[in-house]
Amino acid sequence: MSALDPRQALAERLGIEVPAPRFDSPAQVGDLLAGVDYLPSSEIAAVTFLADRLAKPVLVEGPAGTGKTALAAAVAAATGSRLIRLQCYEGLDESKALYEWNYRKQLLRIQAGRRADETASWSDLEEDIFSDDFLLTRPLLEAITAPDPVVLLIDEVDRVEIETEALLLEILSEYQVSIPELGTVRARQIPMVFLTSNATRELSEALKRRCVFLHVGYPDPERERDIVTTRVPGIATQLATQIAQMVYSLRQLPLRKAPSVSETLDWARTLVILGHEELGPDVAAETLHVLLKYQSDIAAAHEALLSGE
Amino acid sequence: MFDLLSRFIAELRRVGLPVSLSEHVDAASAMEVISIGERETFKSVLAATLVKDSTYRDAFDTAFEVYFAGRQEGDLDLGPGGDSGTSPAGPERSEKEWSEDLVDALAEENEPALRDAARGAVERYAGFERGRPVGGAYYRYRTLRHLDLDAVTERLSALELIGPTDNELVEKLNRDEAERRVSHFEDLVDQAILERLVEDRGAEAVADSTRETLPEDVDVMHATRDELADLERALAPLSRKLASRLARRRRRRRRGPLDMRHTVRASLSTGGVPLDIKFRPPRPAKPDLVVLADISGSVASFARFTLHLVHAISEEFSKVRSFVFVDGVDEVTRFFAETDDPGVAAQRIATEADVVAFDGHSDYGRALERFVEMLGADVTRRTTVLILGDARSNYHPARPEFLADLRERVKAIYWLNPEPRGYWNSGDSVIALYEPHCEEVLECRTLRQLEEFVSSLP
Ligand SMILES: Nc1ncnc2c1ncn2[C@@H]1O[C@H](COP(=O)(O)OP(=O)(O)OP(=O)(O)O)[C@@H](O)[C@H]1O
Ligand SMILES: [Mg+2]
Repeated sequence: MSALDPRQALAERLGIEVPAPRFDSPAQVGDLLAGVDYLPSSEIAAVTFLADRLAKPVLVEGPAGTGKTALAAAVAAATGSRLIRLQCYEGLDESKALYEWNYRKQLLRIQAGRRADETASWSDLEEDIFSDDFLLTRPLLEAITAPDPVVLLIDEVDRVEIETEALLLEILSEYQVSIPELGTVRARQIPMVFLTSNATRELSEALKRRCVFLHVGYPDPERERDIVTTRVPGIATQLATQIAQMVYSLRQLPLRKAPSVSETLDWARTLVILGHEELGPDVAAETLHVLLKYQSDIAAAHEALLSGE
Repeated sequence: MFDLLSRFIAELRRVGLPVSLSEHVDAASAMEVISIGERETFKSVLAATLVKDSTYRDAFDTAFEVYFAGRQEGDLDLGPGGDSGTSPAGPERSEKEWSEDLVDALAEENEPALRDAARGAVERYAGFERGRPVGGAYYRYRTLRHLDLDAVTERLSALELIGPTDNELVEKLNRDEAERRVSHFEDLVDQAILERLVEDRGAEAVADSTRETLPEDVDVMHATRDELADLERALAPLSRKLASRLARRRRRRRRGPLDMRHTVRASLSTGGVPLDIKFRPPRPAKPDLVVLADISGSVASFARFTLHLVHAISEEFSKVRSFVFVDGVDEVTRFFAETDDPGVAAQRIATEADVVAFDGHSDYGRALERFVEMLGADVTRRTTVLILGDARSNYHPARPEFLADLRERVKAIYWLNPEPRGYWNSGDSVIALYEPHCEEVLECRTLRQLEEFVSSLP
């Protein structure tokens, strides 16, 4: 794909060598991730593969507890990269996301200069206090400047105000950061970037255009069973199968809050601790509260699954 | 191949999906990376570049099935073709053998065998006729009628896929799993039918009859059960979208008090001189909103969606009160106060609101009288009143004077009518009598129109 190869184009703009692709095929992505105990759907594997080949960030969206954050961590582990994480929250700003001038240190430097009755010109001083020494690197800049392979995770991006999203745009499309006082800092390598969102807020078109999009929903029963067997050591296969199936059946009901994968895992661990090897109505009834948070949902589950017709 | 992509994207735009030029370019790059022959992977990567809103994914999938129907490695040309290959497995086989094979394939989740079985079934039972202008539903019906999938489901659950049926829970789980697999097989039958149709008529023609309406464009009053369920699911993301758009607009409108910390920090790039003054986000005064909604049969869904949407953006108002009516009026603000999920509250209205005072037929005159009485003095010049309904008052007196009186005391009254404008004032619709007392009466039939109206509220 030489003519259109986005990685080559990006590498040229950054003035770096075209890096080798991380993965050979979507199937290999699947194998590598399974090697670090993350079991992706074929869609998750395909889009991860694509993102690497297109040198584009992945915007991962989906309900809580479905493995969005874990995906980025697993990709880092599987590719031997360092995970750099920016946890988003309301009020996050440039100084926490990108960089900040260490202004206490700068003020001290300015005052030190005065006291010494320095004759140096302002421009010398300016050059001095706006140099790397006075720069506090935050996750985004850190990911860009890292010499070693990194995976950048921008977690829960829907929590920042839409204005703050603008801070991300330059990094996401150009893999560079402009610092007015220093100039443009370009990436030394092309990191894999994951953004996660629970869709509590609509993200800007500008952000979405720069990313490939991955919706992570609930796994089908077979994959959920495998997740349970991988993540809960010592669980009986029979029990894992039944747990996955029960959770699947529950998610078909009109619940206020459908159980997430993490809740499935909590439930599985509970059942193992209680020494169960298979599922029956009594066991399920006693432990349902681990899986469902609302009383009305528990009642609905009883009605649909546990009250023998 | 790139021509095929362009035609596909043109179809997505006809559906209403926004696809930008850069996304088109990304999709083209994706096609270079994954071969079209790896159909499922190909679909995933194409979706990743073209669909950035998961409520549009169903519509994308439908269009994908049409434009990339049955295409395999090596038949990338555009002409009708893309032969599905294998004929129904083996020569004449009895129906019994056939369904045994199907049960086996389902039990093993053998995807190639299932696809083959679906194509075979369509071949055999659909009675496909070239050029005959019927839709897929006709062939689907003819195919499934022969298959007796209920019996297949029975036999599949008897295989105890999930575990030995020694209690009712596991029995239920076995059945659910059997149903899930059989319904997947039905999807494969649909796909096989689509392949045949596309072969016969070409993608564009088939797309015209299979195109999915995006949830926000479905006519609420005439929605099918499935469409209503889709709407229901689209509503939560839609209302979040709206909420964040409004919040953004509000923040942009005015600037707030001085932000000292930001100002000092910014001043450092100018040697400590605060040239660039930073402000905190503002807190502008917000209006009050009062909603009155007809929840009688025909307009019930519309009322529910609107109340959900309005309460999802309740942060935009200093206060929201909601009333519902049929021939009696009940205030339902409390339902929304008791939960942070407006969907749940809107559901409760249907079962718990006390709105029938007489015969259970909408009576707008009586409702307005009671509504104005219940509002009492709790309205001001900052109050916006929103009335939802078709103004079909079952020939009861309309009593517009109550609306006229209310208008004197509030900022504005808007009326949203979910009926097509052409039906207004026919039969027992008395919307013309109310119109003079409203700021505006709008036709509002889809979530998109509803969203546009709500976001335009001053
Ligand atoms: N495919 C998977 N393979 C293995 N483990 C998984 C998988 N999906 C989810 N999990 C497990 O489920 C749990 C929840 O995952 P995670 O925290 O990544 O969810 P999330 O989608 O980021 O949720 P939130 O939106 O709440 O942040 C983790 O313990 C993770 O290991
Ligand atoms: Mg997370």
